[in-house]
Amino acid sequence: MRPEDWRKLGLRDDEYDRIKEALGREPNHLELGMFSVMWSEHCSYKHSKAVLKTFPTTGPRVLQGPGENAGVVEIGDGLAVCFKIESHNHPSAVEPYQGAATGAGGIIRDIFTMGARPIALLNSLRFGPLTDERVRYLFAQVVAGIAGYGNRIGIPTVGGEIYFDPCYQGNPLVNAMCVGLLKTDQLRLGKATGIGNPVILAGARTGRDGMGGASFASVELSEETQAPDIQVGDPFTEKLLLEACLELIGRGDVEGIQDLGAAGLTCAVSEMASRGGTGMEIELAKVPCREEGMTPYEIMLSESQERMLLVVAPEKEAKVHAVFKRWGLTSATIGRVTEDGMLRIRMHGAVVAEIPARSLTEDAPVYHPEAKEPTYLKSTADLPLAAIAEPADYDSVLLKLLASPNLASKEWVWRQFDYLARTSTLVGPGSDAAVIRIRGTKKGLALTADCNSRYVYLDPYEGAKIAVAEAARNIVCSGGEPLAITDGLNFGSPEKPEIYWQFRQAVAGISEACRVLETPVTGGNVSFYNEANGEAIYPTPIIGMVGLLEDATQYCTPSFKAAGDLVVLLGETYDELGGSEYLALIHGRVQGKPPALDLAKEKALHRTVLAAIRQGLVRSAHDLSEGGLAVAVAECTFGNQLGAVVELARGDLRTDSLLFGESQSRVVLSLPPEKLPALQTLAAQEKVPLRVIGRTGGDRLQIFVDGNRSIDRSVAELHTAWQEGIPCHLP
Amino acid sequence: MKFGVIVFPGSSGDLDLYHLIKDVLEAPVDYIWHEDTSVQGFDCLILPGGSSYGSYLRGGALARHSPVMAAVTAFAHRGGLVLGIADGFQVLTEAGLLPGALYTNAGGRFHCHSTTLRVENPDTPFTRNLHRNQLLSIPFAHGEGNYFVDPATLQQLEENGQIVFRYADERGQPSMEANPNGSVSNIAGVCNKTRNVLGMMPQPERAGEAVLGSTDGLAIFLSILKYWEGRQ
Amino acid sequence: MWRAEIKVLLKPSILDPQGQAAEKALATMGYTGVDRVRVGKYLEVTFNAPDRTAAEAKVQELCNRLLVNTVIEDYTYHLVEVAP
Repeated sequence: MRPEDWRKLGLRDDEYDRIKEALGREPNHLELGMFSVMWSEHCSYKHSKAVLKTFPTTGPRVLQGPGENAGVVEIGDGLAVCFKIESHNHPSAVEPYQGAATGAGGIIRDIFTMGARPIALLNSLRFGPLTDERVRYLFAQVVAGIAGYGNRIGIPTVGGEIYFDPCYQGNPLVNAMCVGLLKTDQLRLGKATGIGNPVILAGARTGRDGMGGASFASVELSEETQAPDIQVGDPFTEKLLLEACLELIGRGDVEGIQDLGAAGLTCAVSEMASRGGTGMEIELAKVPCREEGMTPYEIMLSESQERMLLVVAPEKEAKVHAVFKRWGLTSATIGRVTEDGMLRIRMHGAVVAEIPARSLTEDAPVYHPEAKEPTYLKSTADLPLAAIAEPADYDSVLLKLLASPNLASKEWVWRQFDYLARTSTLVGPGSDAAVIRIRGTKKGLALTADCNSRYVYLDPYEGAKIAVAEAARNIVCSGGEPLAITDGLNFGSPEKPEIYWQFRQAVAGISEACRVLETPVTGGNVSFYNEANGEAIYPTPIIGMVGLLEDATQYCTPSFKAAGDLVVLLGETYDELGGSEYLALIHGRVQGKPPALDLAKEKALHRTVLAAIRQGLVRSAHDLSEGGLAVAVAECTFGNQLGAVVELARGDLRTDSLLFGESQSRVVLSLPPEKLPALQTLAAQEKVPLRVIGRTGGDRLQIFVDGNRSIDRSVAELHTAWQEGIPCHLP
Repeated sequence: MKFGVIVFPGSSGDLDLYHLIKDVLEAPVDYIWHEDTSVQGFDCLILPGGSSYGSYLRGGALARHSPVMAAVTAFAHRGGLVLGIADGFQVLTEAGLLPGALYTNAGGRFHCHSTTLRVENPDTPFTRNLHRNQLLSIPFAHGEGNYFVDPATLQQLEENGQIVFRYADERGQPSMEANPNGSVSNIAGVCNKTRNVLGMMPQPERAGEAVLGSTDGLAIFLSILKYWEGRQ
Repeated sequence: MWRAEIKVLLKPSILDPQGQAAEKALATMGYTGVDRVRVGKYLEVTFNAPDRTAAEAKVQELCNRLLVNTVIEDYTYHLVEVAP
């Protein structure tokens, strides 16, 4: 082997030396290829592994933490929830429809691999500004791709979030989250156990598509980046695969199971063997191929979609093939589990690769890159409030904020998703969190995905903390008790010390928030190298959170429900404009520190709101986030076109901080006046500041500050601005 | 009476229909596999929504050639009750059991939202619990629900009372604005001449429980049960 | 062996939502003078038939029975004899 042989595959010189050491000889071409994909960042997490170990990953409900295909938490009644988020950023930048579609397909497989029936999808998307033609194309195609896959497979897309910022212009983010439900005794793991057990490959045939996708995901995008062949998603085959696998798992016919994703068969065989402490013998001539004449290298590295690897007991083998056949799928026994820990890959009997399974997985390199505080923070940290002029017209500021694509209604997007499939959606997209019921029980799940990456950019530690807190607040405002998170960590190149510092800080921030809020990390995904032509995206650690409602009918939504109700603000407002949408949109500044977050106060707020919802005290609850109090109250008026009169006292705050500042740990509630004393008691117990700020009624939103009319617009006008915010940019 | 829910490869509405009939209506129901060649023992067949065969080629075009469809066709010709919902409606038009065709929504995109339906003909086995011009709130979710028939066929449908549901606004007018997918004459559901086969794009099984926001879809299933009782 | 190259388009009288959308997009991109865009399907089917007459009959049968919905779609085809 010459240095260019391994360098071309993205391996470093010292990594090549390690490979020789692991094998005790020079690798052949196939072996080198297998190492290159398994030791890519995407598969090995070599730059992140050490840091990810610091996450809190245990809790009384956690049945399966990180390291498997997805995390699993118990919810009582013998049931558990399985969920995970995953990125498909680079494929979506190249071919947005198929990139997004196969992203959805991949995460769905991760869920049913665990023995869980997928019951909901969410997504978290980031694009450049919609004023750009290419961005509009990417945006429309990504949405269509998610819809095309999720709708066809019959899993509702119930929620998500979308932001637009120039930092994502060349490198959009497409993160998909899937949530599944299983009986706790049907949990299956990706482990190859039982020496001599047959290994079965099922689902789609193997083609030459997606070769080297894992390596592609592990470099920065540039003009010269060579994209692999696009994988085409086939939701129809995946639906059949899903039903066949769940049927087999339900009948106890499967010992171990794993889906084929990045690094294809190489990853599946090495991870299953490695987790099981076993080895495998594989005969590639038995792999059902889509094209003739495929080489061992192509078969082992293909990333063809909709495939599964199963380990079954010998006496179940024939039955398993029969079930796949009944579902119209190909399946073939391609090998056996062995006890020597080696992957022995044969082609027509001849050994073409022989590698210790662990050397591809657990023994992959782990790096501790250099971290350095970014210099930009010195210039962004200081926000001289005195230099920010207060606007003369708050009405127009509110209208502009509502129409900003980041805050505007995302209905144009979610109307394209079948959010009602499975007839279990109680609260669909467009609310703080989605709520779905669990048939056959009283329970429900609240689901959300959140991250304000501008905050994370301005202070990775605090910003990441806020992402967790906001996700939990959304769950709580919907009536759910936060259970656990999955994280989609999207960053630039970890080989740049400033990016690595962002990553380390963000992980530390998530960890702290998860400890205090008691929402362990059950898994997730790291996506590095999100850069276009040398410019990194804002650090974007997306938090996917699952919450539990013991009684699904006790969900809550943001909309005001009845005229004459009191409008109550929980939490404290400060002069905090740093990192706000208001500051960026109206004053053109991405500057300052994100709002301060006291996790103990946040937790107290959650207890208060949750108790109030469960006791039936409140008719609506909405968390305050981008756009602050004025935007939050406006959003509460839209659902039922029911206005409000709000009276605020400024104290020593600026009026713009009061109306549009994004101070944390705040919630707007509405409730019948007679319920106020009970709410006050709850808030007092938890020392949560409570102010009655107004009353619902009429068809206008009027906000008075110290008796001065600051905002006075019809609900209809505000609603139209909010609804048209995205469609007005599209043809 | 016993309902049979047909499972085509790729169907997903089958699970929701089964749940509604078994757990909400507490009526006998079973799945029928697409490779079955007999539908004996069933009194009403339902072709579910979803994406049979991935909705590839055209919605319903591939499922229409499933082995079970010969039995479904014979059952329908004998006067058996057949209800096709969304993708199932497409299968029925492709199979020639219902007139017309369904193609890409006028907006070009998949849409999921609630629609208001106006009952045009309460005199069918599927609508006898309803009255003329009654409004139902039933969600729809599809990309190919744009119903087309030529003008001559449309006139026949009108004359024979085959138009069962129309998309309407909240005042009950089948207006342009209330037409969510471009369907000819706002048609949301049609039946055959003998009125024992109904196809509709909106999905009544999604409006069958109060907790889901509407129970208006139940009336269709209750009508079927009542019709059956009357026949016994 | 024969290869049929089949083009399927919506009938002229039927609204073509995809074509309309593409037409609009071209206009917003600044292309003037684009009169009409129609979006259809192109299919290739390779099959056995003893002669051209039989091949013609076969293509029409395939189209009418499955590949085309003649209520809303028109089709044209081109037959090429290919080496097996």
